[in-house]
Amino acid sequence: MKYVEPVGETPIDRQRVVGRPTPRIEGPLKVTGRAHYAYERHDVVEDPLYGFVVGSAIAQGRVTGFDLAEAKAQPGVVEILTTTEMEALPLGLGNSTTLFGGDVIHHYHQAIALVVARSFEEARAAASRVRVSYARTPGHHDLASIADTAPFAKDGDKGPDVSALGDFEAAYAKAPVRIDATYTTPDESHAMMEPHATTAHWQGDKLTLWTSNQMISWGKDSIANVLGLKPENVRLDCPYLGGGFGAKLFLRADAVLAALGSKRTQRPVKVMLSRPLVFNNTTHRPATIQRLRFGADKDGRMTAFSHVCTSGNLPGGDIENGVSQSRLLYAAPNRYTAHRLAELDLPEGASMRAPGEAAGMMALEGAMDELAEALGMDPVELRIVNDTQVDPENPERKFSNRKLVECLRRGAEAFGWDARNTTPGGRREGRWLIGHGMAVGFRNSIPRKSAARVRLSGNGQVTVETDMTDIGTGTYTILAQTAAEMLGLPLEAVSVTLGDSDHPAACGSGGQWGAANSTSSVYAACVKVRETVATRLGFDPAKADFSDGSVHQGSESRPLADALGAGEIVVDESIEYGDLAEKFQQSTFAGHFVELAVDAYTGETQVRRMLACCEAGRILNPVSARSQVIGAMTMGVGAALTEELAVDTRYGFFVNHDLAGYEVPVHADIPHQEVIFLEELDPVASPMKAKGVGELGLCGVGAAVANALYNATGVRVREYPLTLDKYLDKLPAIA
Amino acid sequence: MDEPGYFAVSRRGVLQSGAAGFAAGTVPGASVAFAAENKAGAIAVSRMPVRLEVNGEGHDLTLDTRTTLLDALREHLHMTGTKKGCDHGQCGACTVIVNGERINSCLSLAVMHEGDAITTIEGLGTPEAMHPMQAAFVKHDGYQCGYCTPGQICSAVAVLKEIAAGVPSHVTEDLGAPMQASNMEMRERMSGNICRCGAYSNIAEAMAQVAGESA
Ligand code: FES
Ligand code: FES
Repeated sequence: MKYVEPVGETPIDRQRVVGRPTPRIEGPLKVTGRAHYAYERHDVVEDPLYGFVVGSAIAQGRVTGFDLAEAKAQPGVVEILTTTEMEALPLGLGNSTTLFGGDVIHHYHQAIALVVARSFEEARAAASRVRVSYARTPGHHDLASIADTAPFAKDGDKGPDVSALGDFEAAYAKAPVRIDATYTTPDESHAMMEPHATTAHWQGDKLTLWTSNQMISWGKDSIANVLGLKPENVRLDCPYLGGGFGAKLFLRADAVLAALGSKRTQRPVKVMLSRPLVFNNTTHRPATIQRLRFGADKDGRMTAFSHVCTSGNLPGGDIENGVSQSRLLYAAPNRYTAHRLAELDLPEGASMRAPGEAAGMMALEGAMDELAEALGMDPVELRIVNDTQVDPENPERKFSNRKLVECLRRGAEAFGWDARNTTPGGRREGRWLIGHGMAVGFRNSIPRKSAARVRLSGNGQVTVETDMTDIGTGTYTILAQTAAEMLGLPLEAVSVTLGDSDHPAACGSGGQWGAANSTSSVYAACVKVRETVATRLGFDPAKADFSDGSVHQGSESRPLADALGAGEIVVDESIEYGDLAEKFQQSTFAGHFVELAVDAYTGETQVRRMLACCEAGRILNPVSARSQVIGAMTMGVGAALTEELAVDTRYGFFVNHDLAGYEVPVHADIPHQEVIFLEELDPVASPMKAKGVGELGLCGVGAAVANALYNATGVRVREYPLTLDKYLDKLPAIA
Repeated sequence: MDEPGYFAVSRRGVLQSGAAGFAAGTVPGASVAFAAENKAGAIAVSRMPVRLEVNGEGHDLTLDTRTTLLDALREHLHMTGTKKGCDHGQCGACTVIVNGERINSCLSLAVMHEGDAITTIEGLGTPEAMHPMQAAFVKHDGYQCGYCTPGQICSAVAVLKEIAAGVPSHVTEDLGAPMQASNMEMRERMSGNICRCGAYSNIAEAMAQVAGESA
C-alpha cells in the first residue's frame, strides 16, 4: 500500500481492540523465564562452543604481534582467531570503523581476538592468556580541547550543517532580553540489560545467526556484506532481545566473531560480549558542547534564536544532532543553528534513544528556563507564546498535528504546576529543599517502509509474520491488536512471529518509528485479506463489516471461517509512503513536569514526582505506550543526575565500563510516574493515525530535572550530569 | 579436587601477568609488549560432582569448579530463565532464591550449592499457572524487554518475605515497629535489580498488589 493521502474512517477507528489497555501477549513467557534470548537457544542449537572476545588494551595504534602459545595450551581451547590473520573486514551499515580484522586499532576494547573453547570457563581463562604487543600512537580524546576548531559538519541526512533565517546577530543585539548559555552533555551508554550476543551456525554455505538485533534486515545485509556472502544465504532470528536503545541497531562484533568462529570450527559458536567490553567495544551517545543564544521581547516572544552543537566522533562517524528540535520547536524570525564535528579517537559514537533530541533538549530546555527567569515569566507560558503551527524555517509547511500547547496546559494542571514556589531555593520541608521544573518534549515521527505477512487459516486463526522486532516496545501485542481489529476477531485468534529474516522485512525498531509503521503494514495486509474474504463470500469488499468472527453486509451475515473452505488466505503487503512527510512536518509532543527534593545539608537529590503529558496520535496500546514513556522518563533521570562515561583523556577510553561505575537509575531513584496521553489522531502520519512515542518520553526530561534542581536550590548547573561536586558548595546557607 | 595442576599458577606468575597489564595501561606513547614469561601456566581443569536441587528436582552434574551457579543453570541444565546481565554482581538479572534467600547466582559457584534448595523463575510458576507475583507483573506491565524480569520477580518474592520476617533495611524508619511493605521500603530493597527499560514504577505497583493480597 502506498500511503499518499490521509485516510478517512477505517475499521481501526472502532477501537474495539486497538487502543484498549492490553497486557502483553508474550508476557506470560517473559515472566516465567520461557522467552529465549540470543544466547539461550538450546531449543534450536545443540552443544555449541563458547567464544570469548579479547578487546584491545590500547585506544590507538597497531597490534604488532600475538603470542598464543600459552592460551592455546589451556584445556578446552578449540581455536583462537586473531585480528591480524585477515584484512580489516568491510563495514556494516552504520559502522564507522571495522568490527574485526587488520592490525590497526581505532578504539579501546576493539575486538582483536576470539578464543573458542568447549566451555565458557575455559574460553574465558584462555582469553586471559592471550599475549598481545602493541605500538601505541597518540590521538585526540578530549572534546573540550578541540571543540573551538571543530569544522562545521557536512550536510548529511540529518539536515544542513548551518541553517540561517533572517539576521540573527542584528536581532540578538537589539533584543531587550538576552540569554547566552553553554551547556555540556557527557558521553552516555545504552547499558541495556542483555549484552550483545549471538549464536552462529553454518550449514554448508548457509549461515544462521540467532542474535540480539533491533534491525533484522539491516543486520542481514550487513553480515552478508562484511563476510562476502549472498544475503539469501544468511538468516537472522531474534524473537526476543533484552533491550537495545540503539546499541543493537547495527551489526556488532559478537555477530561477526560468532560467525567467523563457527566457520572455523564447523560447530555452532555462541558469543556474548562480557559486560565490561560493552561500553568501549560498542557504541555510545557522544558528548556535546552546546551554545544557545536567545533574544526576546519583554512579552517573551523570541526574536532571535541560535543553537550550535559541537560533538566528536571517529573519522567517518556522524554528528550528535543536538540542534534537530531547535529547527522546529519555537517560532522566531531570526534564526541560526549549526553543528560542528570534531575528530575524536574514542569508541564509536552512534545513535542512542532519541539521538539528537535527548542531548539537544537537555540544553535547549535548560536555556529556555533561564530565559523565563530573565523575563520573570512562567516557563510554561514562555513555551506557549513561542509555539508555532508551521515549520519555522519553512512557514508554508504545516505540522500534521501539533498539540504542544494542550500538552503543556493539561500537564500543568494535572501536576499542580500553579501551586509551585517560584522563588529559587524558597521552599523547605524539614531537611529537604523542594523544587519544581518543567520542559517540553519533542521528537519527530518518521514514516518508513515496512512489510508483513498475514495468514488467515483454519476457522479464523490469524498469523502475523514479519522480521519486525520487539525490544520491549510491545510490538507483539500491537500487531496482534491490529490484525484482530481489522478482521473482527478476538485477540486470542492472532499469533505473531517476529524477528525472523525469512519473513517480510519490516521497518525495525529505531527512531520511535516501529509501532506506527509496523502496525500500518499489518493494516495494509489485512485490507487485502478482507477483500479476498469478502469476495469469496459474495460481499462487496467496500461495504463488508468484519465483527465478532463474522462478515456482515446489510442484513446478511456469514461466519468468517466460511471464506476459508477454499483454502487459507496469505497476503504479503507493505506500507510505503508518498510525499506527506515533505508536505507536513510530523512530530510528537510532550510536557514534562518534575518535583525534586534536595537535601539541604548533603545535596542528595530525590525525584519525588514525575508527570508527562504526551501527544503522539493514536495510542495503540495504552499499557505498553505508557511503559515506553515511563521507561524513557527513567532514562532521563539518569541522564540528568548520574549517567556519564568518564573519559580518560590521556589514553582515550571510557573508564567506568561496567554497571557499578556507569550509574543508571535504580528502584530507589524512581518514584511513581504519571503519564497522560491526549486523545488525538494523526491521519497524515500513518493509516493507523499513530505516531511514535518510545523516544518522546525521554526528550526534555533531563532539563525538567535540572530546572527543578535550580528551583529547589537557586544553583544553575549547565554541565550534565548534575552530580554533587557541581553544586554542593553553592547550596543555600542552612539557617 | 584430585587434580593438583589446578593450583599450579604461582603467585609470581599472577603478579607478572598483572604487572604486564598495568604497564599496557600506563606507559604513554610507547610500544608496549606483553611478556609471555609464564609459559608453564597451563592449568588443568578441576571438576567436581555436585547435586543441585532446582525447583524441587535433583540434578547430578560434574562441573568445572569455576562454573557459577548461573552458568550451571543456563548452560548445563538449560534453564535459561535466569539471566546474565553482567556476570559481576552489578545488575541482579541472575537473582535466584536459595534456601529462601535471594542471591546473585553469578557470584556463587555451583559446587557450593550441594544440598541447597534452589528456586528459579521457572520454579515459581508456568505460563499456564503463574505465581501471583508473575501474574502481577503481567497485569501492571512490570517489564518491557523482559531480560531483567526473572531477577526482578525472584527478588520481589524474596523481598516481601524479608519484610514479613522483619528484616530491616537502610530506609527502615522505626526498627521497633512492625515492618511495613511501604513503597520506599520495597524500592530500597529492590535496588540491586536494575531495569534499564525503566519499569520501576510499574514493578512497585505489582509488588504493592501482591503485598496487599498477602497482608
Ligand atoms: S548477572 Fe549477576 S548480578 Fe548481573
Ligand atoms: S524489562 Fe528490560 S531491563 Fe527490565
